[in-house]
Amino acid sequence: MNFIPPDFAPASSEIFMLIMVCVVMLADLTVGDNKRYLAYLLTQVSLLGCAVLTYASFSSESVQTFHGMFIDDAMGDILKLMIFGTVSAVLVYSYAYITDRDMLRGEFFSLILFATLGMMVMISASHFLTLYIGLELLSLSLYALVALRRDSVIATEAAMKFFVLGALASGFLLYGMSLVYGATGTLHVSQLAQIIQSGASSKEVLVVGLVFIVAGIGFKLSTVPFHMWAPDVYQGAPTAVTLFIGSAPKFAAFGFVMRLLIEGMGEMVSDWQGMLVILAVMSMAVGNIAAIAQSNIKRMLAYSTISHMGFLLLGFISADVNGYSSALFYVIAYVLMTLGTFAMIMLLCRAGFEAENINDFKGLSKRNPWYAFITLLFMLSLAGIPPMIGFYAKFAVLQAVVNAGFVWLAVMAVMFSLIGAFYYLRIIKLMYFDEPETTEPIVPNGDVKILFSANGLAVLLLGIFPQGLMGLSLYAIQNTM
Amino acid sequence: MSFQDILFYIFSAILVAAALGVITMRNPVNSALLLVLSFVTCAGLWLLLEAEFLAITLVLVYVGAVMVLFLFVVMMLDINLDRLREGFWKWFPFGAMVALIMVAEMSLVLMGKYFGLEEMPAPMPHDADYSNTRELGRLIYTEYVYAFELAAVLLLVAMVAAIALTLRHREDKRPTDSSKQVKVKKEDRLRIVSISTIKKD
Repeated sequence: MNFIPPDFAPASSEIFMLIMVCVVMLADLTVGDNKRYLAYLLTQVSLLGCAVLTYASFSSESVQTFHGMFIDDAMGDILKLMIFGTVSAVLVYSYAYITDRDMLRGEFFSLILFATLGMMVMISASHFLTLYIGLELLSLSLYALVALRRDSVIATEAAMKFFVLGALASGFLLYGMSLVYGATGTLHVSQLAQIIQSGASSKEVLVVGLVFIVAGIGFKLSTVPFHMWAPDVYQGAPTAVTLFIGSAPKFAAFGFVMRLLIEGMGEMVSDWQGMLVILAVMSMAVGNIAAIAQSNIKRMLAYSTISHMGFLLLGFISADVNGYSSALFYVIAYVLMTLGTFAMIMLLCRAGFEAENINDFKGLSKRNPWYAFITLLFMLSLAGIPPMIGFYAKFAVLQAVVNAGFVWLAVMAVMFSLIGAFYYLRIIKLMYFDEPETTEPIVPNGDVKILFSANGLAVLLLGIFPQGLMGLSLYAIQNTM
Repeated sequence: MSFQDILFYIFSAILVAAALGVITMRNPVNSALLLVLSFVTCAGLWLLLEAEFLAITLVLVYVGAVMVLFLFVVMMLDINLDRLREGFWKWFPFGAMVALIMVAEMSLVLMGKYFGLEEMPAPMPHDADYSNTRELGRLIYTEYVYAFELAAVLLLVAMVAAIALTLRHREDKRPTDSSKQVKVKKEDRLRIVSISTIKKD
């Protein structure tokens, strides 16, 4: 029996990330309280290093290693690069916030890096086992991050809900996977696809397994009726953590759905299509209507997330290359907008003051016209008004879903996003037509100022010139399918 | 019916009864002890399935470590049972209905022909000198090494999270600082006072 060592090169960025997490943890132990920024800098360096490693090994071919448990392909590399950029931006935005709130500790950064590692594992998984472990790595870090301010009652409650419902969802997912394993006898995504195609496995058991898997995915994507945790977690978690939960994991969720549903069970499209249609319609309806009633901005954005996830599912429902690439484009657009919106909320926060109410946006144009303008761009984009990126993203998924023959679904989606436009425009009204409640100036650091402006302009410019990003999404999907 | 079948039914009956007891017992300590019983009988079932290593691990890890810790926690926490049971009967009909429907649906699939003996025949038993511990080790360190390492990372995250959530430097506590204790000198603690002696009459 000969043992052939696996090829480590495709997983170089994962290995580098794991080493760097340990470095961050150990380095933080050796410095005092006045040098906590060291962990921050090291975290940024490790994200940059991972990005360089991923970029250097970028190729359109897909390589499998670790006995087929790990896959390195164009889609994975692109998603990972997006995640590195997003996490890095999250940290830049959050730095002042966590410093003011006594959260500038090594654990914050190491947990964020662990979560990033989990996302990388999920995206590069080609085996049910690694898909699941990656998901748990991400979820476990997120639970801890939400609860990090232990003295805050609302944060603890949110973490508790998140943990219990997340564990339940993991149970669903695992049970579904076990049924699929029972029917096909394999856990490898590619072998699974072959066996389903050959028709050698019993359809009924597969469908029951699929129901559980879709329910698990629904929980993780926070789609109705599995959305109950999202508003509480978004509201209860410290805003920096909410920003993290709301942004980068969406890329990982996209990769997860691609690997599990499309690559693994793509043959059963007629079965999961119907389930996703129900999830999508309910998410768009509940998300958009419930968001109107919210006065807490973080809660409102949680419902907005739910409705956007419904839109994202439309791309998957189309079940062709164009649909998937428009879904990828939607995720990118969504993350860009979420980053900026939560960054603005954190800019409104001061030491000892938590901006949570939508009234905190009152009169922002008088306090700082430039930030009000950038926020205006984000709100218009979230509402899907041209020429923002949000419009083009919605347009692309609607086009895909119409091409797939679901005209009624597209009509409903447009109706619900019209309803949703109300609460985004309300923020704009508060910013431009109401008197400010405070004259406290907004004084961000230089890097936040630059990044925030760039983020806002990206939402505008990518909306006017979406071809490049759309081409990238198409390239990623085409080289994976 | 062979001896193994009889064993299987005995173990299964104990397992089901113990599991029911876990959720119906009024006293949480009894529940925890019944959970120990169900783990042990489960380990017996696994032995029948020739999964000797896993059976022993179940007893060692879950019964020996996890459940003992669990018992400590249950005994130390002051759980208000009446508050826990509040609203139990109010929600019972609804919960029972959902559970019954789910059991019926799942048994339609699982009890049907798909997982019968024809579909999933029993594998050939291995020889007496076959070591499944060795086989497990070989698989974990070769084919599944990636997942295995990731599971280790998962444990590391759990450790970091547990410490981050519970470690606090409290103001109201006065811990002993051993380095200070060692460094202490005689002059710091000992005061020699000369008291004039008075003769008693």
